Amino acid sequence: MRTNTWFGRIFDGFNYLFLAVVSICTVIPFIYVVAGSFATNTELTQRAFFLIPKTISFSAYQFIFSTDTLLRSALVSVYITVVGTIVNLLFTTTMAYSLSRKDLLGRNLILNLIVFSMVFSGGMIPTFLVVKGLGLLDSLWAMIIPGAISAFNLIIVKNFFQELPKELIESASLDGCTDIGTFCRIILPLSKPVLATFALFYAVGHWNDFYSALLYINDSAKWPLQVLLQQIVMLSQGSIGDPSNLDPTFVKPPDQSIKMAVIVVSTVPIMLVYPWLQKHFVKGVMVGAVKG
Amino acid sequence: MQKVQEYNPEWPSVRPVAKNKKVLAKLSKDKWLYVLLLPGALYFLVFKYLPMWGVLIAFQNYQPFLGFFGSQWIGIGNFKDFFINPDFFRLLNNTLILSLYNIFLFFPAPIVLALLLNEVRKTFYKRTVQTLIYVPHFMSMVIVVSITYVFFTIDGGFVTQLVEQLTGHKIDFLTSLSWFRPLIVLQTIWKETGWGTILFLAALAGVDAQLYEAAIVDGAGRWRQLWHITLPSIRSTIVILFILRMGSALDNGFEQIYLMTNSLNRQVADVFDTYVYFVGITQGSFSYSTAVGLFKAVIGVILIFGSNYLAKKSGESGLF
Repeated sequence: MRTNTWFGRIFDGFNYLFLAVVSICTVIPFIYVVAGSFATNTELTQRAFFLIPKTISFSAYQFIFSTDTLLRSALVSVYITVVGTIVNLLFTTTMAYSLSRKDLLGRNLILNLIVFSMVFSGGMIPTFLVVKGLGLLDSLWAMIIPGAISAFNLIIVKNFFQELPKELIESASLDGCTDIGTFCRIILPLSKPVLATFALFYAVGHWNDFYSALLYINDSAKWPLQVLLQQIVMLSQGSIGDPSNLDPTFVKPPDQSIKMAVIVVSTVPIMLVYPWLQKHFVKGVMVGAVKG
Repeated sequence: MQKVQEYNPEWPSVRPVAKNKKVLAKLSKDKWLYVLLLPGALYFLVFKYLPMWGVLIAFQNYQPFLGFFGSQWIGIGNFKDFFINPDFFRLLNNTLILSLYNIFLFFPAPIVLALLLNEVRKTFYKRTVQTLIYVPHFMSMVIVVSITYVFFTIDGGFVTQLVEQLTGHKIDFLTSLSWFRPLIVLQTIWKETGWGTILFLAALAGVDAQLYEAAIVDGAGRWRQLWHITLPSIRSTIVILFILRMGSALDNGFEQIYLMTNSLNRQVADVFDTYVYFVGITQGSFSYSTAVGLFKAVIGVILIFGSNYLAKKSGESGLF
């Protein structure tokens, strides 16, 4: 397909090399952080840059897990991710299904209102006042309910439901199935792959969410990992770890490697699901790119 | 207003009644669909439309203990205060400069990378590169900024040490006024360039291979193929994304800017979104900060519709 000229071959060589450099530059910060989190104090101060520590030390991890601050934050993150994703899917699919039925009265009005809410929003302060007015401040629900539906995802799911053969719905209703029955027994089982994709979209959003915790959660016992990470790395606050809980000979590891260890702990879950993420998200981006 | 409520014996004629009955029958047939619709509808009503009505506090002197109905209406006073405040031009300046940085430095990056990836013929190599460069997209902003801190901190950050050894100067990147914007753009490039290639790669994959074969037969070299086949095939994707980017010129990404802001770089770091947070949530000036947010939102809507209009004018399909 390509002409094999002299210029072409040199270009290809440089291109392969350049792309290798780009890929390495992309992942090297992570590897450095992981390496640093396992490094000893002396190594961190003596060697400027390394990707494999000479001596592996777990003291940073021992230290950050010596109090339950980090574990509690991780549990909060897991909780809002799991419960939040279930709420997202429930709200999104039910609404998407009823809006996918073209003969529903008021459908166009509601769809237009949803699209309008994507263009114009009341903004941070009025939304904050609504959340506050509902008494959700400092409640874990404040990180779940205000983002229960992403209008963008809703419209994509609605378009997907619309593509399903109408005959399925008609035959189900002839057999005496109510609309809720059709939805639970026919529509949802048929859309498992799509639901998996959107579950991942939402779950990553919750795990990475910093904004709603910043706005709505003051109580440090309810901070998710992202806020704790900010406190530790950026503000050098958020007391974590207590050497007195450990062996008396335990030497407190340097701040730098404590920070790196916390970064690693908050990144691991994302890396564990990365193979699925990549597959589903690429698909999701393509779905979103098709206008409905 | 009065007239509508007056009793009019001729009003309930036959046809509307029939129509109403039809509507009622339809509603009761679809009652379970409306049950399914209800949670979502309530969500949009409470968390999207109630705040839209709540922006009216921008025209009030809102006091939390008086509530929405008890607070005093003061017209456009908050907007006046904002426009004569020197902060206004600083915010506008910072916001627009950051957007320009992003448009000129970040926007072309995924296009170039996608074109280079498209030249790779070895599928395995291409897949590997893609797998690696997509990783940062899934990291939260907090992780990205944390890693930036680890590398650029004044006490023992790798980059800081390297720069000190090479130039003899110890630069405090994280509080420096001149390094704030470059760091933001660097983060965006690192996080989103790889991911940004997806749409372009998809457009490139759709190009008919016969076009290239015909071009080769006609004696076109690689540059000519790039110029006459590859680039035209992603032109509309580029135009759409560029116009979308222009439409969101006032959005700089709240989390990223907020996390990179500290007391020493506020002068260049403050943008509309973070300013609303600091003035509204931290200092409690709800009405004033809502006015700032409303101003930004209205300009944002105008920009989106304007850019959509431009997209259609330029022969693309636009967004809506």
